[in-house]
Amino acid sequence: MTFQRAQARPTRLSHARALAWFFVLAGSLATSAHAQLRLDITQGVRDAVPIAVVPFGGQAEGGPNDVAAVIAGDLQLSGRFKPLERRDLVARPTRGEQVRFEDWRLLESDFLVIGHVAPEASGLAVEFELFNVQTGQQLLTKRLVTSERGLRATAHRIADLIFERLTGIPGAFSTRIAYVAVDGRPPRQRYRLMVADADGYGPRIVTESSEPIMSPAWSPDGQSLAYVSFEGKASAIYVQRLATGERKRVSARAGINGAPAWSPDGRKLALTLSRDGNLDLYVLDLATQGLTRLTSDGAIDTEPEWSRDGASIYFTSDRAGNAQVYRVGAGGGQEAQRLTFTNGYNARPRMSPDGESLALVTLDRGAYRIATYDLKTRNVHVLTDGRQDEAPSFAPNGAILIYATRAGAKGTLAMASADGRFQQRLSSDTGDVREPVWSPFPPAQR
Amino acid sequence: MKWTHAVAFALLAVGLAGCSKPKQVQPDTSAQAPVDGSAQTSGLGNETGPSTGASAGAMSAAQQQALAALQSRNIVFFEFDSSEIRADYVSVVAAHAAYMTKFPTARVRLEGHTDERGSREYNIGLGERRAQTVRKALMLQGVAEAQITTVSYGEERPAVEGSDESAYAQNRRVELVQVQ
Repeated sequence: MTFQRAQARPTRLSHARALAWFFVLAGSLATSAHAQLRLDITQGVRDAVPIAVVPFGGQAEGGPNDVAAVIAGDLQLSGRFKPLERRDLVARPTRGEQVRFEDWRLLESDFLVIGHVAPEASGLAVEFELFNVQTGQQLLTKRLVTSERGLRATAHRIADLIFERLTGIPGAFSTRIAYVAVDGRPPRQRYRLMVADADGYGPRIVTESSEPIMSPAWSPDGQSLAYVSFEGKASAIYVQRLATGERKRVSARAGINGAPAWSPDGRKLALTLSRDGNLDLYVLDLATQGLTRLTSDGAIDTEPEWSRDGASIYFTSDRAGNAQVYRVGAGGGQEAQRLTFTNGYNARPRMSPDGESLALVTLDRGAYRIATYDLKTRNVHVLTDGRQDEAPSFAPNGAILIYATRAGAKGTLAMASADGRFQQRLSSDTGDVREPVWSPFPPAQR
Repeated sequence: MKWTHAVAFALLAVGLAGCSKPKQVQPDTSAQAPVDGSAQTSGLGNETGPSTGASAGAMSAAQQQALAALQSRNIVFFEFDSSEIRADYVSVVAAHAAYMTKFPTARVRLEGHTDERGSREYNIGLGERRAQTVRKALMLQGVAEAQITTVSYGEERPAVEGSDESAYAQNRRVELVQVQ
């Protein structure tokens, strides 16, 4: 088995706007060379904390590297903050001594972020300060050295630090999202596996095909994606390195090759095969190609997900007549144990970063919705209110989930907080977007 | 024009199921849309669907006629969350079985599909279950195992767009694609 090079085509964004997600698809459809897919927040979030993020000194406002705009956009997407509109900012302080706190109190802003960008020997220095507007106290300040190209990444890092200072939870803004984008009408559709920054910026095509692509899964190191592709009119599982585009076909057995899930150490994939004409779970050792069978039920067993310690696999099975979530040992030779009993349909379990709960798709009063299942109390808590919500994926900080929903006839993305306090829909201009998967933290944050 | 017994049987079977709406399967277009500069990930299939007629050269006239007769009856539809072949589609399977036992070189690809509700990988399982049901029915009627391949697309390749019961009903299906 050899690595082969697949397409990894970078695209550039002409401009970015605070409070909005931009997805630019390198469209190769006849009608448009560069179809743009923009995701806007369509629903306000109650109880969001007002915060003022003043344009940073030393750089022009607007443009993709506008540090304050990136920070405000991140805080808005978290659902916990409501950044002030730029036109409402009463002043443009860029250093602490320029701040008149009474101005910001009048605006009913709880917090204030200011900063500036300045050239220095090895590139650019970005310095920011976070204040409590009521007390005037400086809560956080830091100076980060970067380059023009690294400005967005630095802005995300600042948003991470501000989020953590104010909520106690590490920010997950320096992460990425993989998703599947589909264009065209049945039966002629184009499928693209995409990766973008967590705010939707800088989408890249990982692979594309006229046959379905599904079930992307990040490797624990964030360097590779496993996914299912039907090229060649049969399903196969591929592992592709994002940096180089090299990919390897790791499972192309007769029948179904589906639902790849990485073990926590990144050495194995749990997957679904249909060797006996129905779906069962296996674990594939990526180094040795050794295959361990986990289930041999006559029902559908699929959608495996590893426990954090790598000892167990959670999965969907309809062995009791309808889809429910089960757990089985990852080493094979064990009986599966049923976990969910409510709602007549619980599927696609996804482990929370703290290992204490599962996100899943549940049938809630006739609608498919995202819920969490607490592994200790066994409570199912419905988080969303769509008709066809699916594919939940936790952010690596566990505070928020991204999932797929429908807006009219189109598939689009949405976010919900893990505590159920808020959800926000994101609307798109073109195409069908589905199966979002949140990346792990970058190495520096792990 | 001389009809073989197999064709006569196939047409009889089609006639018996006259109460159900005939559905036309779309031609297999997936091989016609190469992906720009990304051959590794494009659909590589080069099989020829029955409607293109490109493989006709290797076939007898009788087989071509029998194949043509199957074209309007090559989809089996299913109820929600069910993989049972409904009574009104038993004749579709019988027609294909008759053709394939008459022409042992015939090969069929059974493509299982679901509607869009529920999680995607679970639907792959449901589509596979539907394809397997049709496979077993074909084998019970004498078709050799080696003549049949199955693939499940779950909800990934809908026949029609839409999120209503009419669209769902048309998408819950197994397509019997005669590949030779």
